[in-house]
Amino acid sequence: MSLLAHPTRKDEAYRYADLDALKRVWSDLAAAREIVVPAGQRDSHVLLANAQAVEVHRARIVIEAGASLDLFALNGATEYGRVEVDVTVREGGHFALHAANIGGGKATQEIVTIVRHEEPNGTSRQTVRSVLAGKATGSYLGKVAVSRHAQKVDGEQSVKAMLLNRGATANCKPELEIYADDVKCAHGASVGELDPDQLFYALSRGLDPASAKALLLEGFVLQLWDEAPEDRREELVEASRALLRQVTA
Amino acid sequence: MLEIVNLHATVADKPILNGLTLTVPAGEVHAIMGPNGAGKSTLAYVLGGRPGYEVTGGAATFLARDLLAMEPHERAAAGLFLGFQYPVEIPGVSSMQFIRESLNAQRRARGEGELSGAEFIRLARAEAGELGMDADMLKRPVNVGFSGGEKKRAEMVQMGIMRPRLAVLDETDSGLDIDALRIVGAGINRIMRAPDRATLLITHYQRLLDVVQPDRVHVLAGGRIVRSGGPELAHELEREGYAEVA
Repeated sequence: MSLLAHPTRKDEAYRYADLDALKRVWSDLAAAREIVVPAGQRDSHVLLANAQAVEVHRARIVIEAGASLDLFALNGATEYGRVEVDVTVREGGHFALHAANIGGGKATQEIVTIVRHEEPNGTSRQTVRSVLAGKATGSYLGKVAVSRHAQKVDGEQSVKAMLLNRGATANCKPELEIYADDVKCAHGASVGELDPDQLFYALSRGLDPASAKALLLEGFVLQLWDEAPEDRREELVEASRALLRQVTA
Repeated sequence: MLEIVNLHATVADKPILNGLTLTVPAGEVHAIMGPNGAGKSTLAYVLGGRPGYEVTGGAATFLARDLLAMEPHERAAAGLFLGFQYPVEIPGVSSMQFIRESLNAQRRARGEGELSGAEFIRLARAEAGELGMDADMLKRPVNVGFSGGEKKRAEMVQMGIMRPRLAVLDETDSGLDIDALRIVGAGINRIMRAPDRATLLITHYQRLLDVVQPDRVHVLAGGRIVRSGGPELAHELEREGYAEVA
């Protein structure tokens, strides 16, 4: 994909994108942000929604041998939000994505990832939670590519969406492209309603149905930030709560 | 406190409770024992109002109110506490927040003032201390990563904070080692042994009843109470098995 030409729907990574919205900000995105985590180091990054109409984050990430990166991304633009990362994981490296789409109205929220395990013993964990109301669309397109000699790679994708209205849509497309023969890659996806056991537990403690549902919905998203760095966690929690209030109002 | 008359209930159209009658007066602890499949957990869930547990006949009165007409959260506000056999995990929600919001919802429903953050933290720390639980565990998500025993302890911390009028405890002793059993049992005595409170202990085994001595023991089989007696009935059951006694 060229970074200069506007993307089209033929490009799989833009299949569900709001292309009109994207055009308006494309010139600001001439190149993806480059992030390199040097060998043996641990790092974390936070991509936070700033309540803009259109918000696109693009990053090309290289995780060197034995290094690890935790990426926390909250996607919540009111019209179009996109978090797009292209991650290369070198020997024994670790990548973890913790990401949420929260959208209402006619918003389109997308998380698009390519994780390239090019060397052996790498691990990746991607956890994506979407809360979609109104006529919003939330998507996760996640490709995990494992090169021929990248043995013992362990990749996991866990994707769950909660649809609050009939008009809301969730797309989930985990994709594996594996050329090595000794790897472990798992993915799970669900689109659904709140867990009835959790709901009854909360009701039995005295929460009325509306409060119980709001609390569980909050937990559904906030569990993503449990491992966020101490100094950024509160920010992620508050921003998520603000977005949830908006879409459930 | 609790009066159940001729209660019938089904789960997925299958009759489980078949004419259960039971009275638990204020100030008393009653034990319900019975073989697997007798309907013990169903009784607890019916009293708590769990969806899917359908009452098809009979009545249950709690503090002179029609218990079965109330929503689950209204039952909690009225003073009913259901101790779960398998306490539920809620990732992303801290125990502190969960218990505080629950307690304040109950207090609002009763027309009482809410507890402030500081008041609540003091109360939660004291109750956790009584149950031998590190109060920092309450900062963690509800029951997530807790062992079976820790979950049961955490239930008792919730009960201590909420101070219900009636506790229905469904196999609170399962998954506890001997030391934890003593601590949890002592917690039940401390929190619930009072003239204006009552407890329904649902259990398989005598061992919890050595710590929390019941005033009455009932044998539940085939969805009905088939025998009632004093504490000695539990020993008889332990000795001779349900088949002989019931």
